[in-house]
Amino acid sequence: MPFEIPKTAYSGKIKEIKLGKTAKAVTVGGETAYPFYLFEGQMPDLPRIAMEVYDMPPEEWPEAAMEPFAGVTGDPVAWAQKCIKDYGAEIICLQLLSTDPNGQNRGAAEAAQVVKKVADAIDVPLIVWGTANHDKDTEVLRTVAELCQDKSLILGPLEEADHKKIGAAAIGYKHTVVASTPIDINLAKQLNILLGNLGVQDSMLVMDPTVSSIGYGIEYCYSVMERMRMAALTQQDAKLQFPIICNIAKETWKTKEAKILEKDDPKMGDAKKRGILLEAMSAMVLLLAGADVLIMRHPEAIKLVREMITDLAAK
Amino acid sequence: MPLTGIEIFKLLPKTNCQACGVPTCLAFAMALAAGKAELAKCPHVSEEAKSKLSEASAPPILPVTIGTGDKALKLGGETVMFRHEKRFENPPGIAILISDKMSDAEVDARLKKVKDLTYERVGLTLTANLVALKAESGDAAKFAALVGRVKAGSDANMILISDKVDVLAAGARAGADKKPLLHAATKDNADAVAALAKETGCAVAAKAGNLDELASLTGKLAAAGLKNIVIDSGARTVRQAFEDQVVIRSAALNKKFRALGYPTIVFPAEMTNNPMKEAMISAMFVAKYAGIIVLSDFRGESLFPLLVERLNIYTDPQRPLATKQGIYEINNPNENSPLMVTSNFSLTYFIVSGEIENSKVPSFLYVKDTEGLSVMTSWAAGKFSADIIAPAILKSGITDKIKHRKLIIPGYIAAESGGLEEEMKGWEIMVGPRDASHLTPYLKAWKA
Repeated sequence: MPFEIPKTAYSGKIKEIKLGKTAKAVTVGGETAYPFYLFEGQMPDLPRIAMEVYDMPPEEWPEAAMEPFAGVTGDPVAWAQKCIKDYGAEIICLQLLSTDPNGQNRGAAEAAQVVKKVADAIDVPLIVWGTANHDKDTEVLRTVAELCQDKSLILGPLEEADHKKIGAAAIGYKHTVVASTPIDINLAKQLNILLGNLGVQDSMLVMDPTVSSIGYGIEYCYSVMERMRMAALTQQDAKLQFPIICNIAKETWKTKEAKILEKDDPKMGDAKKRGILLEAMSAMVLLLAGADVLIMRHPEAIKLVREMITDLAAK
Repeated sequence: MPLTGIEIFKLLPKTNCQACGVPTCLAFAMALAAGKAELAKCPHVSEEAKSKLSEASAPPILPVTIGTGDKALKLGGETVMFRHEKRFENPPGIAILISDKMSDAEVDARLKKVKDLTYERVGLTLTANLVALKAESGDAAKFAALVGRVKAGSDANMILISDKVDVLAAGARAGADKKPLLHAATKDNADAVAALAKETGCAVAAKAGNLDELASLTGKLAAAGLKNIVIDSGARTVRQAFEDQVVIRSAALNKKFRALGYPTIVFPAEMTNNPMKEAMISAMFVAKYAGIIVLSDFRGESLFPLLVERLNIYTDPQRPLATKQGIYEINNPNENSPLMVTSNFSLTYFIVSGEIENSKVPSFLYVKDTEGLSVMTSWAAGKFSADIIAPAILKSGITDKIKHRKLIIPGYIAAESGGLEEEMKGWEIMVGPRDASHLTPYLKAWKA
């Protein structure tokens, strides 16, 4: 029986966005087909993984997540350098946990100094992620934008409520922005339009659809991301043709399923491996839906995801 | 070739009698063409039309059943490429490999894992009730003995794997009453395996080296009268296996290509030696269209995430999962522990209860039935307001469990606090944080 491989009719392309500006800058996006549908189109820039660094020692992380960073969790610079040197990080994502008004509530100036130190110490692109508190993020990220004005950072999350003030600072100091919306394709499109109207260049924007892990609603982000890709690639929706970034690690490791010890629930198996797999398998699901940048934590989870990306892109 | 809606319409009675449940014959014809209705729903269709239409009205991916009774594994019947378009119908079977070279103790240990590794979630039991029995010894009697041992010691559905027809036949005859899947018919043994499948009434897996060969093989099996067919494209690399899954689904749905319109079987067990990598490959296949996924072993740390992923991906996007209404006790609360209320959208429940557990503060969480809607949505829809929450809590029996009369409500429904204080005389209504992630400091500061 004659068999012809069916092909999707694509009409659009994801924009290629350059992150960072040194020799270690990376380009993401550029897809002309659904994720890894290489028999239909191209993925010129394979998905990248950004490694998390926190600006304060993490609390209540399971042992498995702490272990790879023993000795550096109190020093963001050393932590970032370890990620690059020991674990081959191509991008660093500095999570500004210390600025959370419900936590340490560290001031903007002090937080920005830490960002500057990390930015000065590394040559890979740096993502700076706030706490999604609009007032605080506005204050902190604006200060960061100014203090690190020659660094081409990636700043996020920008939400509808704070996109103007943070967006303006990003435009002024030439940083890329992360447009963040709560699991909704229409809100995502709207925020991209608003940022465009504000003056954010198309080459300076990535989208965060808000993600969650296996067991915590990953199916919602999976379908929203699939719909975004469908609109971008087959319906010429230019305002959704941006790379997608997924802040998945912290969503995984905070779940109770990543923390339960085997002795307390033998059916759940080895706690360390389970934590790693929950992170890596969640990342796998997001990759298939269209993730371009995955913010991840555990080096072994990252290794597994990298292998899958390599295997899926093999000729 | 599949018929268009108009072509089907010409063969229908055109009486618009509505017996099929659709307003007009034309609408019914369109539904048939889209694979979303069954011809059997029309009581007036002529025999001649029936035979012409049977091709067009068959689902594009045929449903296949493996095993018998309530716990039989149902595969296929899929109608969409993307879950948001409708929903994925039949979750993939997840199988553990058992070889006839393994010791009895090992076989029993594996059967025990199949039985024990089940997980409760949102009132459902997640289980992987499937074993893949592989004939590696080449000895027909040994294989039949393994089938017998598994049958006696387990109620799991079975896949029988051998490339030797006589060995496969011995296994199939030993297990025929359990209706296992026979793996595999190939171009070299197709006639003999087809005959065996007919004799035993078992489903059969067709295995080939590429999709062209696979299509001609299934054509041959279908011509022999077999319908319960599962397909194995033979690919054992991640790249090729992924591509085959997508192409098979797309050919069946978008081109109505019958020869590939069957559920698939994939073998992560044969694609890597690293159990962690195997879990990753399996995670890919859960999302991307596999019908059966064969694993080298079951381990809690990988089986649990895989079963939950399967539940997530196969959830109907139109119908959110809901948690049961009632009082949930977290961290062993006592009469002086805080009481919170939230909605019964399962995601809300998981996140709120997870944060309470993380806080380590002993607490009561009352989950109100909001028809599976989240706090904001149910409140906006008038299903989570003071007049609904108050009587539910007062009747829940919580007043026997706590001495204080304080209720913490989600920050998003702060507007209901006045109404609640009126409806619940003597109670203090406290407005909690909007976001569950802020519960820990809130609960730690809370005093009875």
